[in-house]
Amino acid sequence: MHLARVIGDVVVTRKDENLTGLKLLILQPLTPGREPAGRTLVAVDSVGAGVGEEVFFVRGKEASFPFYPVEAPVDAGIVGIVDHWTIG
Amino acid sequence: MLLAKVVGTVVATRKDPRLVSSKLLIARPMDPRGKAEGSYLVAVDTVDAGVGETVLIVSGSSARMASGLKDCPVDAAIVGIIDNIELQES
Repeated sequence: MHLARVIGDVVVTRKDENLTGLKLLILQPLTPGREPAGRTLVAVDSVGAGVGEEVFFVRGKEASFPFYPVEAPVDAGIVGIVDHWTIG
Repeated sequence: MLLAKVVGTVVATRKDPRLVSSKLLIARPMDPRGKAEGSYLVAVDTVDAGVGETVLIVSGSSARMASGLKDCPVDAAIVGIIDNIELQES
């Protein structure tokens, strides 16, 4: 899993039926020092995250597991909102 | 998932039988501000997207969970057409 900050959201009207009702957010992955780490991406939210929050997300097919038994076609999903982290 | 701009179409006559009647589009990934990034990819369209539209692409094994792609040999699928992107300016 990876740390990221939620920096925006996307509105998608025409979409796969199994994406209906899911919230899509734009993430900027972060290093533990809060520097941007790599490209932004779109992730599905299952924990009620919002713009400006720091979260951790999972990549791959596992991103659809929170919506089981619906097989949502998603490859990145927010699975936790970070309260704080410490290094060392 | 990736944001991408559809830039072209692909026609393929000889292909895996499970790809028959799939529409293949060429897409260029982009960042939320519209700047192109990364290399072009070929994606199966499941939402009737067209050239010039901004779309949402799911990649990897998750692409097979898109509508009609179960057990198909694909690793990128267009699953949404983007209406609006809202960014928090930092």
